[in-house]
Amino acid sequence: MKCVKTTLKGWREIPEGGAITEPGSSVNFDVTAWRTSSPVIDQEKCTKCGMCFLYCPDSAIEIDETGNYRVNISYCKGCGICAKGCAPKAITMVKEGH
Amino acid sequence: MVRRIGISGNYAVAYAVKMADVDMIAAYPITPQTTIVEKLSEFVANGELDASYMNVESEHSAISACVGASLTGARVFTATSSQGLALMHEILFMASALRTPIVMANVNRALSAPLNIWNDHSDAMAQRDAGWIQLWVRSAQEAFDATVESFKIAEETRLPVMVNMDGFIVSHMYEPVELPDEEEIRKFIPSRPLENRVSTKRAHAVGVVGPPEYYYEMKYQAIDAIEESRPKIKEIDNEFNSRFGKSYSEIDAYGIEEADAALILMGSIFGSAKEVANALRRDGKNVGVISLRVFRPFPVQELRRAIEGIRAVGVVDRATSPGGSGNPLYNEVATALYDMPERPVIQGFVAGLGGRDIREDDFRLMYDATQKAAREGAGRCIYVGLRE
Repeated sequence: MKCVKTTLKGWREIPEGGAITEPGSSVNFDVTAWRTSSPVIDQEKCTKCGMCFLYCPDSAIEIDETGNYRVNISYCKGCGICAKGCAPKAITMVKEGH
Repeated sequence: MVRRIGISGNYAVAYAVKMADVDMIAAYPITPQTTIVEKLSEFVANGELDASYMNVESEHSAISACVGASLTGARVFTATSSQGLALMHEILFMASALRTPIVMANVNRALSAPLNIWNDHSDAMAQRDAGWIQLWVRSAQEAFDATVESFKIAEETRLPVMVNMDGFIVSHMYEPVELPDEEEIRKFIPSRPLENRVSTKRAHAVGVVGPPEYYYEMKYQAIDAIEESRPKIKEIDNEFNSRFGKSYSEIDAYGIEEADAALILMGSIFGSAKEVANALRRDGKNVGVISLRVFRPFPVQELRRAIEGIRAVGVVDRATSPGGSGNPLYNEVATALYDMPERPVIQGFVAGLGGRDIREDDFRLMYDATQKAAREGAGRCIYVGLRE
């Protein structure tokens, strides 16, 4: 899934009282700027156990058409829980900008 | 058919709430408000009012329950005083920003310490920035009428409304009150579903986080809404007048034609102030008095029009803002009049704190000091009746 960046709404466009009236609107929210490091998956070491997929609090781990686990970097806040929970240590947190 | 019965200000509010056919009442007792929710519990227990009556463990819970119920589209009511209103503080801001049309009676009582159950305006003044519409009544009849109007004002603006009345002086005084037929009241404020409410039928999330990119815009919606409420309050009062033959403007001016000095005040002391103004006018002193019925939104234009030609106004505060440049009502009036081309001098007074009576001599002192300010300029705030 690709993150759709939306332009910020003006006060007249926001539903009254700041209500959110469309379900699943968090997919429009890109959190790239929150991150200081991002997970890199070593596909050689990955056993496809799926623990990273289960642990990720933001559903940023996706399974691609070949069955490999990938990080959707738009939704990753860089918390590192996936790396911590990876038994074969296939996930490394790499500092942003390095 | 209009019934004329003898009831207290608190009962007048309870009758208005019953006739408004509320869906939910959340209540926690506090003096001097208690008999409002007591009477309402009687109405519900007797089957005269079909509403959910929620006994809660604090005023914080009472207003929270009202916000929740109002978000589902229910017509809700609560009442409080003093410490109870203070305990509601944080939720009051949410009620306005989440646009919940709650109606609350606030029976004005001093804030502790020292503990005091008597009347002044410190409770409501401490909540003036919460984004609520504030009405101020002066009699049991006005309490009834304002409460009825408040349900319509709240629902048409989707803003909460606080009806303020002086503790004991209005709340416990028995007066003749004209009550219209319940059917007529319900025609004036028909129950109708509000839009944008929480429902099990569709996705709708409220009370969400407003990050820096959104907080400002969300907050501004409530600021705009209270500005836009000004004409609506007038329209609703016009409709009330056409149905029930009673009309209330934002301000009441008494004896200000050709007056050189006038007092500006809120609440039940308007009656005494008028009496004393009459006596002084008989002695050839040109004094008048202005009472505000609406404090939020503050009636800037109405006040400016009313005081045109007056050389000095005296503002009677029944609350203080310690260490401030003035007390709450004084500050509002001074700001409202500041950029008038020919503004009057403004003399500040504090009177009637913690239920201290404001007697005839006190009013004479305030009128005299305001007339003196017209000649010599205003001095520092005068604490009327304070013992050295």
